[in-house]
Amino acid sequence: MNTPVLPEFFNEMFDSGGVRSPYRRLEDWTRDMPAELRSLKQSEAESLFRRIGITFAVYGEGGDPDRLIPFDMFPRVFATDEWRKLERGIKQRARALNAFLTDVYGRGEIVRAGRIPERLVYQNEAFEKAVCGFQPPRGVYSQIVGIDIVRTGPDQFFVLEDNCRTPSGVSYMLENREIMMRMFPQLFQENRIAPVEAYPRILRRTLASVAPLKCTGEPKVVILTPGHFNSAYYEHSFLADMMGVELVEGQDLFVEGDFVWMRTTEGPRKVDVIYRRIDDAFLDPLCFRPDSMLGIPGLMNVYRSGGVNIASAPGAGVADDKAVYCYVPEMVRFYLGEEPLLENVPTWQCGKQDDCKYVLDNLADLVVKEVHGSGGYGMLVGPKATKSEIELFADKIREAPENYIAQPTLALSTCPTFVAEGVAPRHVDLRPYCLVGETVELVPGGLTRVALTDGSLVVNSSQGGGVKDTWVMAD
Amino acid sequence: MKLLVTHHSSYVFEPPTRGVVQSLRLTPSIFDGQSVKHWSVTVEGAEMGASFRDGCGDWVQTVSMLGPVSEMTVLVEGEVHTTDLAGILRGHREHVPPAAYLRSTRATRPDKGLRKLSETTLASFPDASPLEQAHALSAAVSEAIAYRPGETHAHTTAAEALSLGLGVCQDHAHALISVAHAADMPARYVTGYLHSTDDGQAHEASHAWAEIHVSGLGWVGFDPSNQCCPDERYIRLGSGYDAMDAAPIRGIAKGAGDESLQVSVAVQQAAQ
Repeated sequence: MNTPVLPEFFNEMFDSGGVRSPYRRLEDWTRDMPAELRSLKQSEAESLFRRIGITFAVYGEGGDPDRLIPFDMFPRVFATDEWRKLERGIKQRARALNAFLTDVYGRGEIVRAGRIPERLVYQNEAFEKAVCGFQPPRGVYSQIVGIDIVRTGPDQFFVLEDNCRTPSGVSYMLENREIMMRMFPQLFQENRIAPVEAYPRILRRTLASVAPLKCTGEPKVVILTPGHFNSAYYEHSFLADMMGVELVEGQDLFVEGDFVWMRTTEGPRKVDVIYRRIDDAFLDPLCFRPDSMLGIPGLMNVYRSGGVNIASAPGAGVADDKAVYCYVPEMVRFYLGEEPLLENVPTWQCGKQDDCKYVLDNLADLVVKEVHGSGGYGMLVGPKATKSEIELFADKIREAPENYIAQPTLALSTCPTFVAEGVAPRHVDLRPYCLVGETVELVPGGLTRVALTDGSLVVNSSQGGGVKDTWVMAD
Repeated sequence: MKLLVTHHSSYVFEPPTRGVVQSLRLTPSIFDGQSVKHWSVTVEGAEMGASFRDGCGDWVQTVSMLGPVSEMTVLVEGEVHTTDLAGILRGHREHVPPAAYLRSTRATRPDKGLRKLSETTLASFPDASPLEQAHALSAAVSEAIAYRPGETHAHTTAAEALSLGLGVCQDHAHALISVAHAADMPARYVTGYLHSTDDGQAHEASHAWAEIHVSGLGWVGFDPSNQCCPDERYIRLGSGYDAMDAAPIRGIAKGAGDESLQVSVAVQQAAQ
């Protein structure tokens, strides 16, 4: 007799009742696809990606810039009602993060109320005194909020981290869809899949809606890139193309009088909104790092006096480090007077004595991250680590406990994925991109990252992760 | 005291630069200890733009000059009436929370020596109030670092100045900020002018000192170079984490050339 084995992880396609409804159509699709066709399609997808040149590392993780991130053709699917719930939670969180930023650069009510430790905010590396007392247009600090979400059950979604500065990867969301539509047009006729291609248009509208007060007429929006050697340069130029705005480097802009100007063949042209894809430290050598060659001297003075807007606002990073993360649910309650719709992963802050002791005693079961780290570097995955790795890491934690947080190893959901042997479940996460300007908007979709190695829970592209198209079924 | 200030900063660029942008923090602070009668900041041939009061309460101006520029002079002239508030920065409006000034920079980061100086100093005043502690730290810095020009440079850190035992007002201010941080007291760098009297002490007309946040009093200035708190001889311009952050003039000249700077500052008492 066959005893059904209960899977340890939530499988987004199959549950005990068989195929879950959002995936129903895909069952026939994979069953009817011969192996030869599949490998043909897979190599077609790869050559398409190579042709468009999308080979950069996701989320600025570094690594070989010419390496192709593996694309998996099996889509990740959300039902309408699942997405609605997520959408409300994501928008709520994006609003709370912006309210927090407005507050900590204003009166600091949340600190005065004792709802978050003062030290965590004002001594944070990302806290920027240069913007204290300044209200950016519409009170928005983070116009593009990337919220990383993992799923552990049918109704269990957790936020893994927030990205309030310049979250990357959205070009994958758009390109993955584009390529799927080109290769499997039939699928898109048979299924009602919510479109994502409005993203660049909404992004542009969002950026235009936060033009400074001194801007009269149609706001001039540009994307500021550190240059072609940057691992996300493809995304910068892709977004500029899709939005129909100029892609500039620091040397293309200059400050004169009360404004920032762009050099053009027809003479200087005033710039109103800069979507910058460079870090705060490099924005303006007169305010931040004096040796920065990537920024625009005087930019911060123009910003502070209302001549230009910068998205995201300098200093926005104070809302998204991994220690401040613990307080985001509190932000939702404090500013919005609502209960958080999306939960945080339970997190131990090693800066707290009791937490630190627990973490050191249980390293083998925990995932430990650096507060300011990203991209899966500087991280300990307890269950996968050797004894000596754990001991080395324990020393690092003891040396600077406040630099670390720890979380339980999460049972990330799986999604069917094409592998050498056919189709097999692989772990996934999700990064949707919430746009905050005059309105708060979210296109139905995001970037799904998949851990391609069997059993791996690390989805980072630098550690063998791939990407998938993310579908939200329309009503 | 009625003080008259004349401050020239003359830059020569060789070969001429393709353009200059500067951020100026050259206007006296607004607080109960000083009132500005008249004040002007001018740069001939340049466009003055983007000006605002920042979160620290400083008036910031932007200057841009299109190239080629071979010479440029920033001229500051004005009259300020000062009163002695024993260093207390009373009536100063600012938005940056004091806790933000617990952060150290490369220049002010306490090393072992600075931590030890801070600890031993405070240990010998076990029942001292925060104000007395701040005074003790300032005195300890004056003692540990003798005033001597020419021994340190613009990038010398507090730790380096302490181990050298020599320095100028910038090093004194950095060291005081550092020992205050080691004692968990918010502290910052202040720039300004100082009227010299013939008292045989070390003075520079262009001056820098530190402020320590003392609970109950707010920000209080301490000048280890002159072993005193700022009084009516001092004019306060602006503040920051360290000398670079608080610099009255931060600028960039485009192109790789030589840049030379000549500064003259005169702070005189106005005729009664």
